[in-house]
Amino acid sequence: MYPPAFEYQAPDTLEGALAALAELGDEGRVLAGGQSLIPMMKFHLAAPAHLVDINRISELSYIRRSNGSLCIGALARHNDVVRSDDAKASDVVSSAAPWISDPLVRNRGTVCGSVAHCDPEGDWNSVMLAARAEVMVQGSSGSRRVGIDDFIVSYFTNSLETGEMVTGVCVPIPSGATGGSYMKLERKIGDYATVGVATQLELADDGSIAQAGIGLTAVNYQNTRASAAEDMLAGEMPSDELFAEAAAAAASASDPQTDVRGDADWKRNVVAVFTRRGLAQALASAGS
Amino acid sequence: MQITINVNGTEHTADVEPRRLLVDAIRSDFGLRGTHIGCDTTSCGACTVLVDGVPMKSCTMFAVQADGASVTTVEGLKQGAELSNVQKGFAQEHGLQCGFCTPGMMLVSTALLEENPDPSEDDIRWAISGNICRCTGYVNIVKAVQWAAAQNGGEEG
Repeated sequence: MYPPAFEYQAPDTLEGALAALAELGDEGRVLAGGQSLIPMMKFHLAAPAHLVDINRISELSYIRRSNGSLCIGALARHNDVVRSDDAKASDVVSSAAPWISDPLVRNRGTVCGSVAHCDPEGDWNSVMLAARAEVMVQGSSGSRRVGIDDFIVSYFTNSLETGEMVTGVCVPIPSGATGGSYMKLERKIGDYATVGVATQLELADDGSIAQAGIGLTAVNYQNTRASAAEDMLAGEMPSDELFAEAAAAAASASDPQTDVRGDADWKRNVVAVFTRRGLAQALASAGS
Repeated sequence: MQITINVNGTEHTADVEPRRLLVDAIRSDFGLRGTHIGCDTTSCGACTVLVDGVPMKSCTMFAVQADGASVTTVEGLKQGAELSNVQKGFAQEHGLQCGFCTPGMMLVSTALLEENPDPSEDDIRWAISGNICRCTGYVNIVKAVQWAAAQNGGEEG
């Protein structure tokens, strides 16, 4: 299978990539790991006229902690996160990384590419919702940081303007005791999630929940924040009963479709089970 | 575009369209047919090659992206006139039936042993989990990798 013909360039600096994107306008598309974009081009679901390959921009391959955040550059591969000691600062990030697709895709695909792709069956945007990440966006006229809720617009749609690209994503590392988890049900390694749930709990000094984050994968037209469940948790002392109530609220925030991976009611139940288990794991991790 | 890729220690050049897939450059432009095309949709791992030592699906990479890189294909695994330990392991433990997935399996196994010379069974199964064997010969594939690890000084599985 072959994609439609396209023009190609591979600048070796961020400035070069931004200049190319500015000149190309709507014709230009960033190629990072390509593990989603290239298959889409082969299926003729995407047909960019011009690819700006960022794989030679080594300055974007970082994973580092700075100013209370864990930041992942646009060229950091999934497996870089699996291997990174810095990434262990965020449970929800480090627990999700080994679940991305398969080992070969993890060697090539990038976290930020997945974030930008906004596939509702992608795992990373649920993680970013739970962790309240900010997406670092740059265009030739300047840079801005976009909260993940505003970055995700809809099914395969982000809020990048013409000429802009994602240069990284930053996850705040709360100063208080914090734990998180990512739970994913898949039929086989490499398959999309049947259901995925990302959770994060930040505890106050008295042991109550200061802030909760819950992101849902593959159960709506976009990765979804379970806001009602989060609100139910905030300010309360953690307990099994509270987690069960939050789990039910998270399930209510999902609207899964019946498909080859299972029927809708069963998937909604998996959301509840994963939310409850994920919160328990996040709590145990925060306390350790 | 003019590209130069070092494949198994030999420089190959070709003039390719940007959309030329790496797997087709290797098979058709460079004439190395050991790398297989299975699903052609990033699912099966039959087209696995090592790009600068890292296993990747060559059906999901453009040849222009490998310009200047060193690629290892199954033809590059042998050590002089001898098969590598991974190759010998597949022969010794009957790690293949039809053989279609075998080049990819041997390349991910080679990369695994490079990084972890004494892998557990779980490590091996994890490493090959992006490669599909439709003969369902995974048990013997795992044994083959364990055999190779034992030759390299690791504990015998």
